[in-house]
Amino acid sequence: MINKITESAAEAVKDIPNGATILISGFGEAGSPTDLIHALIDLDVKDLVVVNNNAGNGHIGLAALIEHKRVRKVICSFPRSTNSEVFNEAYRNHQIELEVVPQGTLAERLRSAGAGIPAFYTPAGVGTVIAENRETRKFRAKTYVLEEALPGDFALVKAARADRYGNLVYNKTARNFGPIMCAAARTTIVQVTQVVDVGMIDPETVVTPGIFVNRVVQISNPAHESDLIASGAIYP
Amino acid sequence: MNEPLKETKIGLSRRAMAKRAAQDLPDGAYVNLGIGIPELIAEFIPSGREVIFHSENGVLGFTSVPSGGAMDRDLINAGKKPIATLPGASFFHHADSFSMIRGGHIDFCFLGAMQVASNGDLANWSTGATDAVPAIGGAMDLVAGARTIVVLTEHVTSKNEHKLLHRCTYPLTGISAVSRVITNFGVFDIENGHFVMREIASGLDIEFVRSNTTTDLKIDPSLVVMTNLD
Repeated sequence: MINKITESAAEAVKDIPNGATILISGFGEAGSPTDLIHALIDLDVKDLVVVNNNAGNGHIGLAALIEHKRVRKVICSFPRSTNSEVFNEAYRNHQIELEVVPQGTLAERLRSAGAGIPAFYTPAGVGTVIAENRETRKFRAKTYVLEEALPGDFALVKAARADRYGNLVYNKTARNFGPIMCAAARTTIVQVTQVVDVGMIDPETVVTPGIFVNRVVQISNPAHESDLIASGAIYP
Repeated sequence: MNEPLKETKIGLSRRAMAKRAAQDLPDGAYVNLGIGIPELIAEFIPSGREVIFHSENGVLGFTSVPSGGAMDRDLINAGKKPIATLPGASFFHHADSFSMIRGGHIDFCFLGAMQVASNGDLANWSTGATDAVPAIGGAMDLVAGARTIVVLTEHVTSKNEHKLLHRCTYPLTGISAVSRVITNFGVFDIENGHFVMREIASGLDIEFVRSNTTTDLKIDPSLVVMTNLD
């Protein structure tokens, strides 16, 4: 019997090794798998490469992972925000590497990784520092820059609902990077607020088919970044 | 809007700039609004026109939530501010969202600028200072892919540095991308490597605008004085 439901967040992340590349879903707070990130902090692994749109807020979730010096490198589009002091300080003190990527290029590099496409040409960044020392090519008189797929060893993703096959439904703009990260990682771990019986999700409404998902953890009352930050929470 | 924007010191107010920008939108346009002054455009869509707003983080068809309104932390725009969907809205993942952008499906993108040049180059993500944390977001994809790029910015910085230049000195966001610039001083089209002033804010004169622009400024022979924007 297929059963991707895993007992706990700790159980779901326990085989993530030092040096792993981890894709973490979310756009700011929306879609951030904060409970899985906290389980990863408890695991005490280091030298991680983290792919996320941002670089964490406050002293919880991804920011806490960075603060506890578990992250060697961040690949993201927009590390700066009103509460990103942890990343800013690590970056200014040269304690962390940063690869900043145009947001659409980041998304397409992930999509490509999940789709078996090793590289692609995009117009984004042509004529800017992003395209320096990179292969460019003209198609129909327009210049494009070559970008490579960005696969992950693991993906940590938040969705709204799953069944034991790993079929997923998301909530509104919390979908963002979730579906493409699920497909781009060798092992995809998803936290959901609700697990339902197989057959309860209409096949027409499945957003991520279970083939892209390996483990599902039910977190009925997920941590909310903005509430934690407002209360001054520090993890652990 | 969640936080009030700093007001301009001279010429058009920020709201007037947004109101003028909204007049360029035809019925049926799909529009992406950047953070800052462009966000105000949504309030000024001329009556009788239906415009659909796109946000990079995966939504078409939304409106801003008035401050104090009901908030859903899973429903935000690219500026991470709360929004509400309108009838006919749709959600999609990031790769689809940027397919809309790079695939030429977004008709208009309005965004802010640190510098914009007479060749259409735009710089809006970094001053190049070594200790600054670089942050690109979706701007490079938007300027490379949206059909029409309009910049909304104050004409000069708070330190009176010029923003309309012959060539940008900051790291570029995109090249030959911008077709129109709307500032508190007026409306400028970029044509054949020149800024052409089409409209001027009421109360300002051409020489004043010229003295605050570091590039050759052409003047439309039928220059319009902007009115009815407040």
